[in-house]
Amino acid sequence: MAAVQDGPIEPEPENEIKTETSNEVLGNPGDASGGVPPTAPVAAVATEKPAAAAADSTERQTLLAVLQFLKKSKLFESEEILRREAGLLNEIGDSQGSGAGGAGLGGGGGAEPESGDASSLLSRVAGAAATAQSANATPAPAKVTPVVTGGEDQPDVNVVLAAYSQQGDPVLYPVYYSGLKRFIDSVLDCHRAELSQVFYPLFVHMYLELVYNQYEKEAKAFFDKFHGDQECYYKDDLRILSGLTKKEHMKGNETLLDFRTSKFVLRISRDSYQLLKRHLQERQNNQIWNIIQEHLYIDIFDGMPRSKGQIDSMSGSLAGEAKREANKAKVFYGLLKEPEIEVPLDDEDEEAENEEGKPKKKKPKKDSTGSKSKKQDPNAPQQSRIPLPELKDSDKLDKIMNMKEATKRVRLGPESLPSICFYTFLNAYQGLTAVDFTDDSSLVAGGFADSTVRVWSVTPKKLRGVKTAGDLSLIDKDSDDVLERIMDEKTASESKNLYGHSGPVYGISFSPDRNYLLSCSEDATVRLWSLQTFTCLVGYKGHNYPVWDTQFSPYGYYFISGGHDRVARLWATDHYQPLRIFSGHLADITCTRFHPNSNYVATGSADRTIRLWDILNGNCVRIFTGHKGPIHSLAFSPNGKFLASGATDGRVLLWDIGHGLMIGELKGHTDTVYALKFSRDGEILASGSMDNTVRLWDAIKAFDDIETDDFTAATGHITLPENSQELLLGSYMTKSTPVIHLHFTRRNLLLGAGAYNP
Amino acid sequence: MPPLQSEAALGQSYNSTASERLTKHAADDLPSGLRKEKSALLIADGMADREERKFAEVPRDSVKLMAESVGVELSDDIAAMLAEDVCYRLREAAQNSSQFMRHAKRRRLTVEDFNRALRWSNVEAVCGYGSQDALPFRPLKEGELYFVEDREINLVELALATNIPKGCAETMVRVQVSYLDGKGNVEPQGAVPTAVQSLTDDLLKYYQQVTRAILGEDQQLMKVALQDLQTNSKIAALLPYFVHVVSGVKSVSHDLEQLSRLLHMVKSLVQNPFLYLGSYIKSLVSSVMYCILEPLAASINPLNDHWTLRDYAALLLSHIFWAHGDLVGGLYHQILLSLQKVLSGSFKKLPLGFCFLTSLCVPLQAVERVLFPHLSAYWSNLQAVLDDDSVSNAQVKADGHKVYGAILVAVEKLLKMKAQSRSVPVEGSVAVRERSFPGLSPPQEPVSEPGFGIASHLLQGVAGVPAEEPVPVPLPVMYRELYAFFGDSLAVRFSTGPGIEPRASRAAPPQPPDSKKEGMGPDTTRKMPQLTASMTISPRQDSSPRNEPSLPAVQNSSAAPSRFQRSSSSSLQRSKPPPSKVAQRSAGPPREVFQKSRFPLPPAAAPFSFLIAGRQTGRRCQGRRFQTSFPQLHPPNPSAQPPRGYAHKLPVIGRMGKPVKRWVCSQYSLHLPL
Repeated sequence: MAAVQDGPIEPEPENEIKTETSNEVLGNPGDASGGVPPTAPVAAVATEKPAAAAADSTERQTLLAVLQFLKKSKLFESEEILRREAGLLNEIGDSQGSGAGGAGLGGGGGAEPESGDASSLLSRVAGAAATAQSANATPAPAKVTPVVTGGEDQPDVNVVLAAYSQQGDPVLYPVYYSGLKRFIDSVLDCHRAELSQVFYPLFVHMYLELVYNQYEKEAKAFFDKFHGDQECYYKDDLRILSGLTKKEHMKGNETLLDFRTSKFVLRISRDSYQLLKRHLQERQNNQIWNIIQEHLYIDIFDGMPRSKGQIDSMSGSLAGEAKREANKAKVFYGLLKEPEIEVPLDDEDEEAENEEGKPKKKKPKKDSTGSKSKKQDPNAPQQSRIPLPELKDSDKLDKIMNMKEATKRVRLGPESLPSICFYTFLNAYQGLTAVDFTDDSSLVAGGFADSTVRVWSVTPKKLRGVKTAGDLSLIDKDSDDVLERIMDEKTASESKNLYGHSGPVYGISFSPDRNYLLSCSEDATVRLWSLQTFTCLVGYKGHNYPVWDTQFSPYGYYFISGGHDRVARLWATDHYQPLRIFSGHLADITCTRFHPNSNYVATGSADRTIRLWDILNGNCVRIFTGHKGPIHSLAFSPNGKFLASGATDGRVLLWDIGHGLMIGELKGHTDTVYALKFSRDGEILASGSMDNTVRLWDAIKAFDDIETDDFTAATGHITLPENSQELLLGSYMTKSTPVIHLHFTRRNLLLGAGAYNP
Repeated sequence: MPPLQSEAALGQSYNSTASERLTKHAADDLPSGLRKEKSALLIADGMADREERKFAEVPRDSVKLMAESVGVELSDDIAAMLAEDVCYRLREAAQNSSQFMRHAKRRRLTVEDFNRALRWSNVEAVCGYGSQDALPFRPLKEGELYFVEDREINLVELALATNIPKGCAETMVRVQVSYLDGKGNVEPQGAVPTAVQSLTDDLLKYYQQVTRAILGEDQQLMKVALQDLQTNSKIAALLPYFVHVVSGVKSVSHDLEQLSRLLHMVKSLVQNPFLYLGSYIKSLVSSVMYCILEPLAASINPLNDHWTLRDYAALLLSHIFWAHGDLVGGLYHQILLSLQKVLSGSFKKLPLGFCFLTSLCVPLQAVERVLFPHLSAYWSNLQAVLDDDSVSNAQVKADGHKVYGAILVAVEKLLKMKAQSRSVPVEGSVAVRERSFPGLSPPQEPVSEPGFGIASHLLQGVAGVPAEEPVPVPLPVMYRELYAFFGDSLAVRFSTGPGIEPRASRAAPPQPPDSKKEGMGPDTTRKMPQLTASMTISPRQDSSPRNEPSLPAVQNSSAAPSRFQRSSSSSLQRSKPPPSKVAQRSAGPPREVFQKSRFPLPPAAAPFSFLIAGRQTGRRCQGRRFQTSFPQLHPPNPSAQPPRGYAHKLPVIGRMGKPVKRWVCSQYSLHLPL
């Protein structure tokens, strides 16, 4: 199907790609480097003197822009001189035109001080002879701004907005827009879907230009006239836009800033793009062309244009699709080798694993029992890539327990579905906001809107605190059962309350060794609690706004948090400041998850994208787009290869991390998916939602179906099979209880949790 | 800045309000004129597509008002700009607040969410709206005003309150295997969790004692226990347990005694002002419905007076609807539907349905919508049963008579309601209405009393607005049709009913104009012969209520209908002519009699007053009032007169003797005072 469509793809011209890449790096370095705030354009690359020969294509473009400016300013002599010196005489028109989407803004701006104002404009309208009128009409002094903002942390709002000072006859905006619409309606079907992508960003930017220039009525009319044409999945953003009618309002509006600070990314085939460009140039439609050049990043690919379905499955995020380059980095998604632990264990378990015939799915921890010579997963990162804490004796004991349990694990599949136990929080009065289970399912913790954290023991073993210092000094420290003796029987109870936060607790996570508990809250702190003393140990302050989610690394010690301030922070428990700050999301980070190998973290955001970050260098290595609503749940498959994500739109999407592709869409839920979890061996994906259901999906089938045709790896164009119904193994109602957490026990019993909501 | 009422501004489509009055002025706000020309060039003049605007707007006048309230004069321009800005800020805050809702994993946006959004945008939070309950947002008819109801709270009372509800249950986790091996469990989902929490020892002891007392032998103990259940403020945590106990009705359906005790328990729970029944009310209602509608095992034995129980249950149900109409709103329609099903079903279930219907006594609209269309269909059923004289049929037949009485009552109310809704618009003036009301409305009044929630809200409009049924059947047509079924027994009701109420309720001098009395005379005398037979038992019936002066409302009212029905059926048994014959015989008179009833008649036949009382099933203590006014009217022969009057009202069919014993029985079970 799609394989046929995109199969015969010729290798892209090398120089073409280079051009785009370098341009992008200039324009928006934050996206590429990830560790740097995205909104600090670095203009340093630009050459100081135009005479410096056009060594690379960027400089060349800069040069061309300057030349054109000179020409327009009637400085013919200078132009001649420059031209001679640069050694390019007649290449102006065509070379600029082939520059694809490369606007070369940043570089162009810094080229020559006195021409800074117009250079960006010029480069935008390269090739069009009729630019003089617009350029002359526009003093556009603000255009220099990209040059000066380098190094600042926050984008200067005024500067950002000033880009809209573009003048144009407001009356003509609807004409332009509907002209383009007519054109796109008239093109061949195969191009129409691709070109229609332009509508939304264009619409938004035109509207904002009108608002910025205080054509309030025109803006309103423009909005009313065309907002109905936009794709339905943009309706949330449109609602925000519709309220925005004053220039003053633009300054504080975050959504708007997102639009400005990041270019809207479109993927368009070369043919379609040429079509669009030709049309705009013929019509001399500078207004639209300017916007496309300045605010859009058009990622051009060679090959068949994509179908509407393909486009729809990938679009929907706040800033368009991910650039293909963004997902090219290598990700070591394999699992780390587990340390050798001598276990008195027969090999039944091992054999059972092998029957499955999926060596990749196998957990490396099984290796310990079998052959020591077993090679490491080729996709795994180096063992010491991220320093991990030493295993303590108690950890080893726990691992042994885990393995023993694993031998009793139920093999799941479409024919043998897991049993489901549901932990209902009663009398929570709408206040339950987060739940977590320990890995061995012995404790459950809940975060509440009344700022409390409560821990329950779900086994007969009650929770006990450690004795006071005075009492501790009395016990015999050499006795065998010292660990038992330090516990204070008088404090034994089924549940403990932890007080310390001053706002609703939105995220909660147990440490793997069950000694600690993390909680994050609206009060902008993350707190670390001891489950020995049931007291708060540390309050991590770094976020400036509510923290929506936090999670411990699967190896402990590290943890990740993300919140309203749009950055995710990586912490170590013994550092009061974050080790890494992952910045790049355009809206709140709503959920955070560690990769099973602890080398990566995934963050889901209200900008409707998922990003995967490399802990080692802080880079963003994957950007997944396709959700149509804020993402509220993430889950890695146990083999580390796949990621599942759930959003407010009720859909669950599956991603192949290695290839950076969407590989599945699970439709069925009717409300926000708040919980996702793979079974211990990754056969089943369980999803829980606000619609009071738990659904089980056949994960193996979902991944196998897609693995058969890996054409997509080359292009990134996917056609999702419409097989949600086949993959759905079961849908289970709760008792009017929204499902906010799911957990598989070590024996593959599925535990759900939620607050009874009468 | 005056606090803006947040909820109004957010979710709702009408104009946002401040806690002071904001008027609706969207139209004045913007230069209007919506043109949808195709030409895009013509958009230069401002237009606001009001149809497209679905979000809140704060009108300029509101801003001015608010400014004035703090002593600032604003020009129009500034006010307009401020208004627009306020709208924008409100929407922004609303959008921000939705994030807090989503992360709290809730579906409902709360004031707290909104306040958090405000706080994080460095705006002062709005205090005073933190209530969990929805704030009623009300329009004021005169002058388009909208406001949030803000009742004054007596702080002194609150502070000195001794009965602070305690026992807010501790949050806890309960686990339950929902699905074994992915196979669904059969028990219906969404049910009330059976055990909600661990209880303190005190509560546990209380629970055990109370249930033991209520279900035990000792009457006195039971009363005390029920009384406590009704007033105890600390038993919220036990509610699920009690509900669970009540839901055991099915297991004791053979034991009327136990059933009625369980119903008493329901009543106590419902009346306890400290309990929030929430979703438990559904379980309670279904238990009560079970007692009303299901063929109880106890009803097999003719000696068991299951009717009493059903009556009581029905009244209890109507009480629940009244007291907790907000919780059971959806149920009401469901019940009507099930009633309809019963009606169209076999006779076997019929009596139950009707008993229920009349005792619920409120849904006159329902009577028209549900009962009237189906009347002819089951009439034949009923007729067959009533005509069958065989011994084996005796039991069913007795039931049939009850149904007959019940239908009659329902139909009568329906007709009166229609008559009233007709007469009012015709006569127009307030004075007339005032006059016509008391005369016509004895059965009407109970329903428009706040006591019977749903119906009252349905019917309150009756005086001014004609009833809202989809296809209103014209009154005369309906009457004629009904008359075909009921014959004189229907006519009699209308001939006599109107006269009494004014005296009873207004305590007017109890001297009816003679002429009227005489006018009524022929009617009564004409019917007299048919009623002689019932004279023997009626005195006893009549005396029974007097012996129990003060009963709780529900009890009292529940007693009344059953008494009436019983007597009616007993009289039925003695009068010979079958209904159809009656209908034919007196096709003429009822019409004119009914004519009378459509207009306010001066009080007429006093003796009938008790009957009215008896039928006013829903009215609190009303029966008692009629009763006491009675002797004044007829000083010479108080003991003899009432029975005669009562007897007058008895339906004219029925041939079978009725065991008096049963009546005694019912009295006993009904009037266990709490």
